[in-house]
Amino acid sequence: MEPGSTPGRFRNSEAANGLFMVSPPAIYAVLLLAAPLIAMVLYSLMVDSKVGLSSGLTFDNYLKVWTGRIDQALMIRSLTVSAMVTLVTVLLAYPVAYFVSFHVKPEKKSMWLFLITIPFWTSYLIRVFLWKVILGYNGVINSGLMSIGIIDEPLTIINYSLGSMIMTLAHAYAAFAILPIFVSLEKIDRSFLEAGQDLGESKFRTFIRVTLPLSMPGVIAAVLIVFIPTIGDYVTPELIGGGKLPMIANRIEAIMLKQNDKALGSAIAMTAMLIVALVSIVFILLNRRFLRGQSK
Amino acid sequence: MSKNPSLKIYAIAYLIFLYAPIALLPVFAFNDSRVIAFPLAGFTTNWFAEMWADNQLFKAFRNSLTIATTSAVIATALGIFAARASTRYKFPGKGGVLGLIMLPMVLPEMIISMSLLVVLIAVGVPLSIFTIILGHVLICTPFAVAILTSAFQSLDRSLEEAAYDLGESPASTFRLIILPLVMPGIISSLLICFTISLDEFIIAYFLGGNQSVLSVYIFGQFRFPAKVPAVMALGFVLVCISVCLLTIAEYFRRRGIAKTGGKDTGGFL
Repeated sequence: MEPGSTPGRFRNSEAANGLFMVSPPAIYAVLLLAAPLIAMVLYSLMVDSKVGLSSGLTFDNYLKVWTGRIDQALMIRSLTVSAMVTLVTVLLAYPVAYFVSFHVKPEKKSMWLFLITIPFWTSYLIRVFLWKVILGYNGVINSGLMSIGIIDEPLTIINYSLGSMIMTLAHAYAAFAILPIFVSLEKIDRSFLEAGQDLGESKFRTFIRVTLPLSMPGVIAAVLIVFIPTIGDYVTPELIGGGKLPMIANRIEAIMLKQNDKALGSAIAMTAMLIVALVSIVFILLNRRFLRGQSK
Repeated sequence: MSKNPSLKIYAIAYLIFLYAPIALLPVFAFNDSRVIAFPLAGFTTNWFAEMWADNQLFKAFRNSLTIATTSAVIATALGIFAARASTRYKFPGKGGVLGLIMLPMVLPEMIISMSLLVVLIAVGVPLSIFTIILGHVLICTPFAVAILTSAFQSLDRSLEEAAYDLGESPASTFRLIILPLVMPGIISSLLICFTISLDEFIIAYFLGGNQSVLSVYIFGQFRFPAKVPAVMALGFVLVCISVCLLTIAEYFRRRGIAKTGGKDTGGFL
């Protein structure tokens, strides 16, 4: 597009134009994303005391986080909650994505997708809060069941539990699971399915052997899209867990801001990022294997 | 395609599950009782009046509008650059650069806000609406890039070449040919970034200093059980606004597809 300042052939080359074009968002991301993340890595290697940050680098914070009972318990809780949410969300979402892709007339597909996405563009806080209102001790379910006489006393198992947190998050991230699965189902060449059935496979066998493997990239994308934000969720443990079931994000806030230990807080944040990265890599590798297995 | 009633019933049940909590908003926003519980106690519009009378809400709402508008414009502008670069050019390090720009999509928001907070405090930038905008642009840009990339991808390269052949400069080609064709994408990117920013809580909560925005205001209200019905009323109003914005975004997205002669596959993402 616009010529760069360097003279010569480079000025008009495609590479120069491309780099010039991408530079505004790239510079923004470097300054406000890469630099802060690097700063956080540095912080996590220092020691934060009343006097200020030490200058020497040490792994003490990481040792503290990885061996500390509270931190370990919170990591495990966060992982359990987000793994369960991911499982529930993807299992519930797959049939819906399948239905929209295979059983809805093409001209009605975008209406279905529109209906599915609408709830997710409404205030996340209010959606989470609504679950608190629904599941609470004096909430909608308890008062509703009591007023029609099914139960005499409020159910306590539904409030402030891991189960209600999982329910809330599974509802909050449903659309994020449906969309990638839908996209991968849409890409499947329908003649494969006819071929499978022409060759004498039952409908169910065709689904297991053709449709499901071909939609795997979408399933894996859905897993990542749900898993990553849920493991770092702050609002749900605060509102639904009533602050009694904190997850890793709440811990980061407590250490960073309430105890004002930026070094330890950074180490927890970096550990959380490491967990997210490891899980993502595992799933991306699984996806690769799937794609390779297919091309054999 | 074969008919499978059980799958359709399941899909409809799923939609009901998605909408059920939101359906409670109008029910309790108009219910004449401070306690959110059954049985219902009659019709009232008091909660809307109570919400309307709260000055703090208006202040927070004004802040949110400023932040959402600014963030949407900047993120979409950055998104245009990234989408154009990714669809039109090959350059060294393309995957890495675009990966970095898209990274906030897959990073827990808590980590983004804490790393920004640490740096802002170290550099000595006071927390304000401006710092919230910095964070929101970061998380909105990937969505803008995703939407705009699909808009730029459906462009026919030969239209651009035809304009060059007819003597237009690159700048005028961009303005006269490319911009009008991707305009629907730009509008839906603006609307979606606006919605994301308006809804965002974590960054606004931690980077806002003592400036309140809508989501932080709502979060604060949850501490007072007596305020809950007014929050339900506010929630109902917000849902209505988002549905309107999304319908407009969807309209422009479809028009964009029709304009470039593509096939509608549905969905924003």
